[in-house]
Amino acid sequence: MRFYEFESRKIVELAGIPVTEYGFCKTADEAKAAAERIGGPVVVKSQVLTGGRMKAGGVKFADSPEEAAALAEEILQLEINGHIPRGVLVDPKAQVKQEYYAGVVWDGTAKRPLMLFSDMGGIDIEEVAEKHPDHVGRGHVSNLLPISDYEAKKVIAATGVTGSQLNRATPVLARLARLFRDNDMTLAEINPLAELEDGSFVALDAHMEMEDEAKGRQKRLLEGELSIEPEDTREPYEPSEFERSVKAIDSADHRGVIQGKDHGFEGNLGLVIGAGGGSLTLTDAVRSQGGKPANYSEIGGNPSVAKACGLAKEVLGKEGVEKIAVMMSIVSNTRVDIVARGVIKACLELDKDPAETIAIFRIPGAWEEEGFKILDKYGVEYCDRSVSMWEAAGRAVAKIQGAEA
Amino acid sequence: MAGGDLYGVFIEVSIEDAVASDAAIAAKLEEVCPVDIFAVVDGKATVVAENTDECVLCGLCIEAAPSGGVTVRKLYDDTILE
Ligand code: SF4
Repeated sequence: MRFYEFESRKIVELAGIPVTEYGFCKTADEAKAAAERIGGPVVVKSQVLTGGRMKAGGVKFADSPEEAAALAEEILQLEINGHIPRGVLVDPKAQVKQEYYAGVVWDGTAKRPLMLFSDMGGIDIEEVAEKHPDHVGRGHVSNLLPISDYEAKKVIAATGVTGSQLNRATPVLARLARLFRDNDMTLAEINPLAELEDGSFVALDAHMEMEDEAKGRQKRLLEGELSIEPEDTREPYEPSEFERSVKAIDSADHRGVIQGKDHGFEGNLGLVIGAGGGSLTLTDAVRSQGGKPANYSEIGGNPSVAKACGLAKEVLGKEGVEKIAVMMSIVSNTRVDIVARGVIKACLELDKDPAETIAIFRIPGAWEEEGFKILDKYGVEYCDRSVSMWEAAGRAVAKIQGAEA
Repeated sequence: MAGGDLYGVFIEVSIEDAVASDAAIAAKLEEVCPVDIFAVVDGKATVVAENTDECVLCGLCIEAAPSGGVTVRKLYDDTILE
């Protein structure tokens, strides 16, 4: 789960890391009031969950509250990479002596959090690591044992930082590591961490991401401190009717799992796909062979006939869908015959001929013999695991292109 | 979504009258079926038509009833679950 910058700032602040005075605003008037409160020149930043804000005109500087209001008005209307801003952040234009980078990431290989520090902040840390490796310090911390300031100090000292800078940056990195662990983050970054003219350190920008699975146990932070609604999906767009309907079908029946997305899909081949990474592979396989998927979906976990039927009906009900491809990698707990019943039932309930409507059925695995009997009865083309996912996707594409010709 | 719901497309389940009326067997059928195909109504076992296509062919109902008391027919190949 990604956090907006204003939320990340709050998380950093809650951990005891100094931040500059800031204001999260949803209107131009609020931005003006925030600029007045802060005093002096400010920076107005779009609150979107995407990069490239600066380039897109989503970060601007203002010398007066009136100018801040005018810029906020402009930025609030500005869509960046398809994202509508949640608001703007008004920040003082700080007098910075030096910029640093402090971060903690989850190291999947070591299975421990990894602290990172650089005395070259304000730019992409990966670029620094590549071009100036001696300016990046690293150190793992335990998943269980208390995190000491000394561990953070070693990481910072590795970049050559000494003296009062070392002493002042140390608690920042140590607190960042603690907040990372306490809040089940997968990423916690302060970039830039600024040393101001008076020698103090403040977080000028922060970026946080939390493990999705931890949302339940982090309610105190999410709903309490940050007032994030449980249904806030963090999607940059409003869910479509298709997406909402698929979600409703999924929630109404505990058996199995279905998901459907159609944002950005406008093709004619509906996809009822899933199993162990199968959905991504199959969507790619369809696209790479010239097919135009009408949606993305995931089905698995041994769904009921009703659930498989519900998903297939929703896919078939999408405008422009001519056929569906029902494909998975290899299933073990999901039953092939149950999915076959579901998708055939969807066709029948919509008065469609399953043989014409289902371009290909490729789900090898549990109960496939029983599934094949059902598919035989309705004349649906199917294949077993001897036909690769790529080939099955190709057959579906060829069929729909043949129908187009 | 348009289109009417169809029931009993793939599976047909039937209960002998005498078996359905046996309160103990009726309760057992309701208990064993993992997909709620049986319900006891007025002390009699009945088939819940909208659930029949969910039958997972586990055979528990056949075991719970005396021989021939419950029939599960697979309509797609016209065979009876033993
Ligand atoms: S075979 Fe199993 S799932 Fe089917 S009706 Fe009997 S008990 Fe229910």
